[in-house]
Amino acid sequence: MSLDEIKIGGMGASRRRVEDNRFIRGKGNYIDDIVLPGMLHMEILRSPFAHARIKSIDTSKAWGIPGVRLVMTGEMMASRNLAWMPTLSYDTQAVLATDKVRFQGQEVACVIADDAYIAKDGCEAIVVEYEPLPVIVNPLQAMAPGAPLIRDDKENQHDNVVFDWEVGDKSGTERAFAQADVVSKLDLHYPRSHPSPMETCGSIADFDRATSKLTVYMTSQAPHIIRAAVAMVAELPEHMIRIVSPDLGGGFGNKVPVYPGYVASILASILLERPVKWIEDKTGNLISTGFARDVYLRGEMALRKDGKILGIRMHTDSDHGAFFSDAQPSKFKIGLMHSAFACYDIPVAHLTARGVYTNKAPGGVAYRCSFRVTEAMFFQERMVQAAADDLDMDQAEFRRINFVGDDDFPHRTAFGFLTDSGQYGKCLDVGLEAIGYKDFLKQKEEAKKRGRLLGIGISTMTEPLGAGNSREYDILGIKMFDSAELRVHMTGKAILRTGAKSQGQGHETTWAQIVAHELGIPADDITVEEGDTDTAPFGMGTYASRSTPVAGAAIAMVSRKIRAKARKLAAHLLEVSEEDVEWELGRFYVRSSPDRGVTIQECAMAAYTNMPDGMEPGLENNAYYDPPNLTWPFACYIATVEVDPQTGVWDVLNVVAVDDCGVRINPMIVEGQIMGGLTEAYAMASMQFITFDEEGNCIGSNYMDYLLPTAWETPGFELHEVVTPCPHHPIGAKGIGECATVGGPAAFVNAVMDALKGTGVRNIDMPLLSDRVYEALTKRRDVSGMPPMRTDDV
Amino acid sequence: MTSLNEEVFPEQASDIPVRTVTITVNGEKRSANVEPRLLLAHLLRQGFKMTGTHTGCDTTNCGACTVLFDGKPIKSCTMLAVQADGHDVMTIEGLASASELHPIQEGFKDEHGLQCGFCTPGMMLTAKALLDVNPNPTEDEIRWALSGNLCRCTGYQNIVKSVLWAAVKLRGQAAN
Repeated sequence: MSLDEIKIGGMGASRRRVEDNRFIRGKGNYIDDIVLPGMLHMEILRSPFAHARIKSIDTSKAWGIPGVRLVMTGEMMASRNLAWMPTLSYDTQAVLATDKVRFQGQEVACVIADDAYIAKDGCEAIVVEYEPLPVIVNPLQAMAPGAPLIRDDKENQHDNVVFDWEVGDKSGTERAFAQADVVSKLDLHYPRSHPSPMETCGSIADFDRATSKLTVYMTSQAPHIIRAAVAMVAELPEHMIRIVSPDLGGGFGNKVPVYPGYVASILASILLERPVKWIEDKTGNLISTGFARDVYLRGEMALRKDGKILGIRMHTDSDHGAFFSDAQPSKFKIGLMHSAFACYDIPVAHLTARGVYTNKAPGGVAYRCSFRVTEAMFFQERMVQAAADDLDMDQAEFRRINFVGDDDFPHRTAFGFLTDSGQYGKCLDVGLEAIGYKDFLKQKEEAKKRGRLLGIGISTMTEPLGAGNSREYDILGIKMFDSAELRVHMTGKAILRTGAKSQGQGHETTWAQIVAHELGIPADDITVEEGDTDTAPFGMGTYASRSTPVAGAAIAMVSRKIRAKARKLAAHLLEVSEEDVEWELGRFYVRSSPDRGVTIQECAMAAYTNMPDGMEPGLENNAYYDPPNLTWPFACYIATVEVDPQTGVWDVLNVVAVDDCGVRINPMIVEGQIMGGLTEAYAMASMQFITFDEEGNCIGSNYMDYLLPTAWETPGFELHEVVTPCPHHPIGAKGIGECATVGGPAAFVNAVMDALKGTGVRNIDMPLLSDRVYEALTKRRDVSGMPPMRTDDV
Repeated sequence: MTSLNEEVFPEQASDIPVRTVTITVNGEKRSANVEPRLLLAHLLRQGFKMTGTHTGCDTTNCGACTVLFDGKPIKSCTMLAVQADGHDVMTIEGLASASELHPIQEGFKDEHGLQCGFCTPGMMLTAKALLDVNPNPTEDEIRWALSGNLCRCTGYQNIVKSVLWAAVKLRGQAAN
């Protein structure tokens, strides 16, 4: 009799999390919890100026403080050829500044001391003389004639443009616009934001002179990429580098890049031959590490009167800060901006994109987002609502007219992506039903008569999750695939290792469920390990919702390899030929005699004690999975709001989320991911942004200025699901972690804009602070969020 | 922080002032010689090797470092160790008994009230302080009580459910 898959913790079980057993006891092992014998502590001195020439650095007082072991400056790094490092986007980034500082918070010097307090004393004792230079905080300033050149360190860089890129069919798009009845236009800014995991970045570098081995414990979502980068930058042999990523207190993309602090701690450990710990403070994290978004859009949509979209034209200006260090596939200069409109059947589109340098922190990480797909979907859904309004059409109906039909998959988008599956109309219907769409529209009309402003916002989107396929996706030339290694022990217990790295997603729980599904080994009998490059198979790490689509697929594939070998062992034990053996969950049996069977555990025992002649002993294998396509989850997010016309304050009334991420491995964890994502969507729509004043001072350098929603502000969420299995993924799953963050913001903003419909206001840039909404309402004009921050933004 | 690394760094500058503090931590009296500027969070983590108290923001905003100070939740990243002299401190390590979990811990696991786990100890201790004085809180009361503790992963909804779960179990225990 087949096993009950839910009982063994297989696919579909809301299995309680294994990792919680340590976290709820305070026994997690985060970077700052690790203490090595003889460990020293490093602190970083950062620039107070956004743009300045360094005239001198005097470190003598710091050296004089008892307990200070080493002071490092750019000059010293330069003497070892380490003042600059390569970024993930083929640019260079200063490790410690030599000539100039180019953003506020840039790393200028490091002090290594017996404890962190002394190291901070050391930083305060360093005297740096700066000569301030003109500052650029937005793309308009960066591209203005005569703008100061930010990257004068680079040969052949004569302006502040990082790239000028285009994709799509320009002339075809022009023809579509010539035939349009209506052209709808929208200009937007998606503000700079920061992933801001609760735990900051940090590292402990431990160079052992006796073995020449460098071990680096560090907060990395992609430890194997780091190992490759360290091998290249530090010119150390790769087998002598071990990167260990311990428990991570959140990542959200922030812990993908290589940061100067990591590099400095490594050099310090090599020089001092002692372990060196660097734990970033929150301000350092917010002002210097990977930001997200900061993209300006000019969009145009060619429309037929009946609501059909004929073509899309978009231009983006993206602000990359002082160094181009986006973590993104090298083929796509502005991430996956051109994945916009993938759920709509649009014949033709054209995108031009320009990236610029400014005096702001570098990083451009995909904050809970596949390579800028968040901006793409926000622009898409804001433009869709604006177009529906321009045509005076119902916003749900406008979407339905333009959706790709259920029978039209795989569907080639206007920008050339191939979407794999979906039931878009069904998702929308479930959402509209849940929110009570028709009733709400009536309520809204009634309320309006009494001077109350209600609004409803819809966001429907599909996005490409699970880079790569290796044909199109690479980082620094390393193809994007992932891996799993499964070792089944004699007694049928197992250990699984993957190239992914959990930061809270619960891999220790869900990965075992995939093995349980494939092999019938109870999930509780499977240990999952990740994050140690000496033991884990090579993989590209966890970000961009790629773990289930790629590593998860590798786990299914390696399990199937194990099952194939177990089948041979079963045939041997049952004394029949392999062709006569059938499989049911956890057990092989003889086709003609189903009572005669052996369990997977019995096969495992035989692999070590009773294998057939000529068979290699043991029961272990690995799999590298290069997906044929990305997975394309779909979602419909709907929010209703009430805006107070007296103050501009808006309250969320209801939020409904309908997610189709294919087959769900662990529904409890999937729902947790969706609720977390919705909260970040609400955060971006309502309060969370990093801006700058005209001198380049970062406004948002701590949690008093950078507002994250608490339990009090965060609305409740109502979740629904539609299941369309991914046709090319071995277990039919799709990515999910980022969907709500990607699709959610437009639902909130569209809701507020819907409440303001009829006032002539077309757009308010996020976050929709009450003063911005109030300004829009009272002055009946759009409100831009472009920095420098104006005083009335406070 | 002179006292903390004595085994590693026997040589210490003589002019750094040191104070002796005695704190009852999770029911056990602990003493340490500390620099007056040493933060309580660092004494707990590095001095007493209790790393369940996390430091997240350094500015009293995020609540990852929350401990119970004479039964009330405080942010230990902005309290000096010397201010805790003679007081009673409870950390996450003191929440479970030797053999079984506290209902709040069970609730967080059962309702998926955590993901990365970094905010969890502070979140659970704040919840304990609430349930100590209000054993039957409404959802709004829970949300308000937890509003000094930030979480980036969960969206709070399951945290609220976790606390409600614990409240039910604790009331059941009290009734028996």
